[in-house]
Amino acid sequence: MSNQTDKATLASMHADHGTTVGQPFCDNAKLSTRNVDVYYADNQAIHDVSLDIGRNEVIALIGPSGCGKSTYLRCLNRMNDTIDICKVTGQLLLDGQNIYAKNQDPVLLRARVGMVFQKPNPFPKSIYDNVAYGPRIHGLTSNKAELDDLVEESLIKAGLFKEVKDRLEAPGTGLSGGQQQRLCIARTIAVQPEVILMDEPASALDPIATAIIEELISELRKNYTIVIVTHSMQQAARVSQRTAYFHLGKLIEVGETNQIFTNPKHELTEKYITGRFG
Amino acid sequence: MINHNSITQKVERSLKKRYLKEKLFKAMGFASVSVAFLFLLILVSDITIKALPAFVQTQITLEIELNTEKLGINQNSTTVEIKQADFRASIRDALRKQFPDVKKRTQKKDLYSLVSIGAEYQLRDLVLENRAYLGTTKKLSFIADDDVDALVKGVIDRKVEESARRIKNFKLGLIEDLEKNGQIEKTFNWSFFSNGDSREPEIAGIKGAVMGSLYTLLVTLLMTFPVAVAAAIYLEEFAPKNRMVDFIEININNLAAVPSIVFGLLGLAVFINFFELPRSAPIVGGIVLSLMTLPTIIIASRSAIKAVPPSLREAALGLGASKMQTVFHHVFPAALPGILTGTIIGMAQALGETAPLLMIGMVAFIVDIPQSVADPATVLPIQVYLWADSPERGFLEKTSAAILVLICFLIAMNAIAIYLRKKFEKKW
Repeated sequence: MSNQTDKATLASMHADHGTTVGQPFCDNAKLSTRNVDVYYADNQAIHDVSLDIGRNEVIALIGPSGCGKSTYLRCLNRMNDTIDICKVTGQLLLDGQNIYAKNQDPVLLRARVGMVFQKPNPFPKSIYDNVAYGPRIHGLTSNKAELDDLVEESLIKAGLFKEVKDRLEAPGTGLSGGQQQRLCIARTIAVQPEVILMDEPASALDPIATAIIEELISELRKNYTIVIVTHSMQQAARVSQRTAYFHLGKLIEVGETNQIFTNPKHELTEKYITGRFG
Repeated sequence: MINHNSITQKVERSLKKRYLKEKLFKAMGFASVSVAFLFLLILVSDITIKALPAFVQTQITLEIELNTEKLGINQNSTTVEIKQADFRASIRDALRKQFPDVKKRTQKKDLYSLVSIGAEYQLRDLVLENRAYLGTTKKLSFIADDDVDALVKGVIDRKVEESARRIKNFKLGLIEDLEKNGQIEKTFNWSFFSNGDSREPEIAGIKGAVMGSLYTLLVTLLMTFPVAVAAAIYLEEFAPKNRMVDFIEININNLAAVPSIVFGLLGLAVFINFFELPRSAPIVGGIVLSLMTLPTIIIASRSAIKAVPPSLREAALGLGASKMQTVFHHVFPAALPGILTGTIIGMAQALGETAPLLMIGMVAFIVDIPQSVADPATVLPIQVYLWADSPERGFLEKTSAAILVLICFLIAMNAIAIYLRKKFEKKW
């Protein structure tokens, strides 16, 4: 009973605060989105989200289940295109270029904006072939030696090389969950994207594997812009510089991670962070 | 307050019932599997027992004088000349020489009918291979007539009184004489696997039908597999979801339910009458059967493609693979084992199909072994049908043998498919 009233009050609260608080915008943004609406058939999943993502920053998207953070993430490399009933409106710019422009090729876009998924999904191929697949289809290297170097470099960057260097021909699916996820990260960075989207990359992993991934994210930040969706607030606090809080398809609050977790400005953010719902 | 004791009792009471149901279901399942297995065993053992005599052949050894003057040929004669020579006379001479007392015309007829009418061709082929035989006298073995064969195998009972026996006393005497001389022997029937069909059971072989089936299935496979897989991939991965595609989907499902003889009529009207493709030929049979198997393979392939986890597609798309690359690098290889299973089910169905092939003339009596897909041919199930329909006793065992060959053909096909599936099924 009390739960229901809670929900009702939350909904009314929500209606009162239509606009995002905090600093959703920044100068010289890598990705800049304005007034994004996403519909699944007649169901609106995202309402009027405007957010900038700065260069070489890690931004964490947090929020309760079904708040639209994954949907928003998948707009950034047009993975939503694979869902027929999904419709995206608004302005999404990557370095000032419209992501959803008619002349924007989704294949090219996805080479620039890589993605790591919630569940590790290596190809049923060898470790080497997993990492080499992206460079091969895009023709990034001109000979075998270059490709070998690229694979090695990517595996080193993903912190996996030491563990697998003697068995590059072993199947990627034979690795442990954490290793598989790092393999997927290696596979993504082998294409040398500008942005990496991570959809709850550690949710299927144990704490030790999670810690390794988190370290890796901090390391990758030097070269890439990273957008990470996470359910774990501790994780968001550990890895990100900025945090965006989504609620029921709306972007409620954006700010420096420290500020969001220590001094949230919005009531809903505070309630979520202090664990009163989620 | 909740009474935990009473709840435990209630659960206990219902447990008995639940376990009883489970036991009953298991027993029923086991019983049905047993019954199915029993019938399979009866069927296969019955066919095998009936077929075994067909793999044994009775041969009669005769001393043949290959007289160059009588035959009118010598070692330097051309193949055509040798082919035209009267080898029948040589065999008859040999028989008369062995039984000089046989004078009456009817008795001579009995004597000559000891060996198969195929014997003269056997002799001719031997001479063609070994021309040095000409002008010499050789002990050679010839296929016995089907009645002699039946008697030697014990199918015809010697103790039955003469009037009820197919082989009369006079002929029986001749055979027993030959047996005493050790001129009758039973050998493995290799010619069953190397001969085409014949009206004479003793020289009828399965090779024509085997080759016919092989060619027909080859055409079917080459026509169906690429088309069906392309259709399945297109419908599953590329086609827009609209009414037109729904309509096509419904029609593919309906096509799978069309009686097979209708496809035969279609083949007759379209391929033979309109396109004027050869009658009785594996090419037409293969096309007709491929129309029939197309929906089966499309449906199986679609479900195999559907079963590929979406995470694999997302992984490839996320890396910037195009739709086509995603499908052909990842989805298709992952679905291949399932597609192959569907294909083999379709091909097995095609192998056993008779009705549509009757309509396009593959039921004709064809002696020659087909050399290409355009030659007249018959297929294994139709050979079974043709032999089962023949009056001669000898065809009874041949029918069972043909069924056995059909089953072996099927097992071989399945084995290849399982091998291929295992090869592509990466267990990682």
